[in-house]
Amino acid sequence: MLLAILLGFAFSIFLVFTGKFFKGRISILAAGIPLALFVYFAQFIGRISDGEVITQFHSWIPAFGVNLGFTLDGLSLLFSLMITGIGFLVFVYTSAYLKGHKYLDRFYGYLSMFMAAMLGLVLSDNLISLFVFWELTSISSFFLIGFNNTSRESRKSALIALAITGIGGLSLLVGSIFLGSITGTYSIAEMLTMNPEIASNPYYILIVALIFGAAFTKSAQFPFHFWLPGAMKAPTPVSTYLHSATMVKAGIYLLMRLTPVLGDHEFWNTTLIIVGAITMVYSAIHTLFRTDLKGVLAYSTISALGILVFLIGQGTVDALTAAAVFIIVHALYKATLFLITGIIDHQTGTRDTTVLRGLRKVLFPVAIAGFLAALSSAGIPPTIGFIGKELTYESTFHFGNMAILLTGLIVITKILLLYAGFVAGIKPFTGALPERFENTKMPSFLMWLPPVILAVGCLVFGIFPGLIEGSLVKPMVSSMGLDGKDIHLKLFHGFNVILLLSVITIALGTVLYFTLKPTKKLEAWIAKFEKFSPQTIVTNSWAFFFKFSNGWTNLFQNGYLRNYVATIMVFTIALTGYSLFTTANYAVDFNSFSPITFYEAATSLVMLVAIGYTVFTRSRLAAVASMGIIGYAICILFVIYSAPDLAMTQFSIDTLTVILFVLVLYKLPKYLKLSDYKMRIRDGVLSLAFGTIITLLILEVLAEPVNKEVSDYYAANAYILAHGKNVVNVILVDFRGADTMLEISVLAIAAIGVFALLKLRLKKSDQR
Amino acid sequence: MEVILAILIGVLYAAGIYMILRRSLVKLILGIIILGNGANLLIFLLGRVVKGSPPIIPADSDVFQSVYADPVPQALILTAIVISFGLQSFAIILVKRAYKVVKTDDLDEMNAIDKDS
Repeated sequence: MLLAILLGFAFSIFLVFTGKFFKGRISILAAGIPLALFVYFAQFIGRISDGEVITQFHSWIPAFGVNLGFTLDGLSLLFSLMITGIGFLVFVYTSAYLKGHKYLDRFYGYLSMFMAAMLGLVLSDNLISLFVFWELTSISSFFLIGFNNTSRESRKSALIALAITGIGGLSLLVGSIFLGSITGTYSIAEMLTMNPEIASNPYYILIVALIFGAAFTKSAQFPFHFWLPGAMKAPTPVSTYLHSATMVKAGIYLLMRLTPVLGDHEFWNTTLIIVGAITMVYSAIHTLFRTDLKGVLAYSTISALGILVFLIGQGTVDALTAAAVFIIVHALYKATLFLITGIIDHQTGTRDTTVLRGLRKVLFPVAIAGFLAALSSAGIPPTIGFIGKELTYESTFHFGNMAILLTGLIVITKILLLYAGFVAGIKPFTGALPERFENTKMPSFLMWLPPVILAVGCLVFGIFPGLIEGSLVKPMVSSMGLDGKDIHLKLFHGFNVILLLSVITIALGTVLYFTLKPTKKLEAWIAKFEKFSPQTIVTNSWAFFFKFSNGWTNLFQNGYLRNYVATIMVFTIALTGYSLFTTANYAVDFNSFSPITFYEAATSLVMLVAIGYTVFTRSRLAAVASMGIIGYAICILFVIYSAPDLAMTQFSIDTLTVILFVLVLYKLPKYLKLSDYKMRIRDGVLSLAFGTIITLLILEVLAEPVNKEVSDYYAANAYILAHGKNVVNVILVDFRGADTMLEISVLAIAAIGVFALLKLRLKKSDQR
Repeated sequence: MEVILAILIGVLYAAGIYMILRRSLVKLILGIIILGNGANLLIFLLGRVVKGSPPIIPADSDVFQSVYADPVPQALILTAIVISFGLQSFAIILVKRAYKVVKTDDLDEMNAIDKDS
């Protein structure tokens, strides 16, 4: 199984090198990979339906309990077959849909990366590896939504989708870590027996909330649903594959997978039922107001995901069976509808339902596929959609004291979804063919065959539900920890209330379809509410955050050196000053200081005058000269305080600096008075405050006892170990000789830099 | 005397910062030099100052017999003086060069990379 997962990644890496080669006619060969995987997984059907669970284990980071464990049971088998099966059809379809596209190779690379990640997700037994694959699907989805990267809208939608699903991914990681630390394992299989322990843990609610955060963002539940309609900016094969059939069901998969671990708890059930119900009704209503075919399909997909969450929330055998069947139903009809939408778009250049009519005359096989898918979506017998709908009604109808409410909600949703299915699958093909579409050509069979295959599937599985009953649905229900023995799928259950509800649904839905026509007016009307939608709230806070960080950065990174220095100074003064003010004891012992002699006083005075002159003079030469005087004054201080080496160094260096300055002085501009009066006052106050702080600090430090350990060591050993009597010299050239050598190299580098700057000749173009 | 030295260092720091806050590049370099001098003196003073007894071992002895000035700060400062000379000389030449290219020493006019700004 590891190889099966890695195959997709390997192919996408392979495409990086051989992409050019794959762009042409042979792009169809890429479809071989999902086909091979489909066959590989299909051969397990027999063993899985006998109740077997196939596992595989590879150690990865055993020290942290992170391993590549894979489980193939009913649940993961259904998803694997869906991923590879629909993947195969989408790969085939793409080779015609994006024929000759500049980046077709890239597209296939992303698609196969996504397929591999999705397979890894549904096969992972380890929560951490599941998280890794989860994020990989988000990332490949990001690239695919933003595939038309020249369009601003595409990029924006891709970012929103990544942000929302990325937050969900983080929430999954945190939830997994919590789960792991409670149970002591990251393996889902090992957690299965610990449901009571986890449910009684004080962190249970938090864990469930985090897992919900992941599932609701990925599966586009209200209020996180808005990224999905935006994701429809992606090319249609992507919408079919990721944003309808597989990736958005990852959240559903996670909930189903964790039902035996976390489920059967009031919080779990209630939250899922409420969120699912809101999502399914809210977005089903939204489908009424869309005129873009993909918009209609996007909202009906969200609604279908809401139904699934709603069913998982009920948690009964009936409900989970209904969910299992509905996943298959939805994958079949929704993929078909998306694919035919893609064909219509590709051949006529529009997806606007208000103008599309009568296309059956030019796209006959496509019309058949659309018709069958619409029937299945509406739950009209003998399609599999009917079975799915009956099961759904069955489970809500027998759900305790809330049965009436829940059944009412689901019936309303189904009526609206029937309308949506008809608009997408039937409306474009009926009526008179307008003149502008008369020359519409049939697409290549590579494009129309996949939807036809899927649509026929809707019909075949509906007539022969036995095909999926034992092989897929039963093992799937039992892998969710429930007994699926009594499940029996059939078209006709006898005349009962459920059948009556079905008849009502179909009748009302059909009436709705014939009375309500999608118009631009309706779309404009719903757009008025856009400012209250979760999407607007998120994008506005996004914009605000962006503005804020921009302003914040500009405030501090303003490009003026002196402002940086001033900011640093203000904070240093404030913090050091505060700490000096609160902790210092100002116990300056003047008696411990040495008395002031004439020479010292005179030198200090000279220095003070020189400093003042340097700062305030208007002549550059005077400033440089008085700066030299400051240096000499310091030199004299060194002499007085028994530092002859320092005095000599300071003397020579200071002289050199002044000479260097004077040498280039005439090449330098005149001193300009660039700052105004206020600025000077501000800077003056700032620097005086800083100087005061330094003085106070020094006095504080001088009051503390001094540690001479290091100095005593050098003094005691200078002659004995290093045979030198000048301790300073011995430290520099012997004890710390290596440092001095590096220092010399620094000087050498500076010298090279100076030389280069002097010798480098300016090109004419560099001069202004 | 230590109090006077402490004030002197404070003044050196204040003058250095004030010069660094100017817009002229030449003043910026002067400011850095003054600040460096202040820092050297600061290290020197914090090692405590002693008059008339340099850290040189008397000729007739292997170790110090009496009080001596702390050699460690002196070694540090010696290094600092030399390194700061490297920095200063490079900076001075860089300023000269920069002025030759962009014809200004106003820092505010130098912070854009575009040629025509």
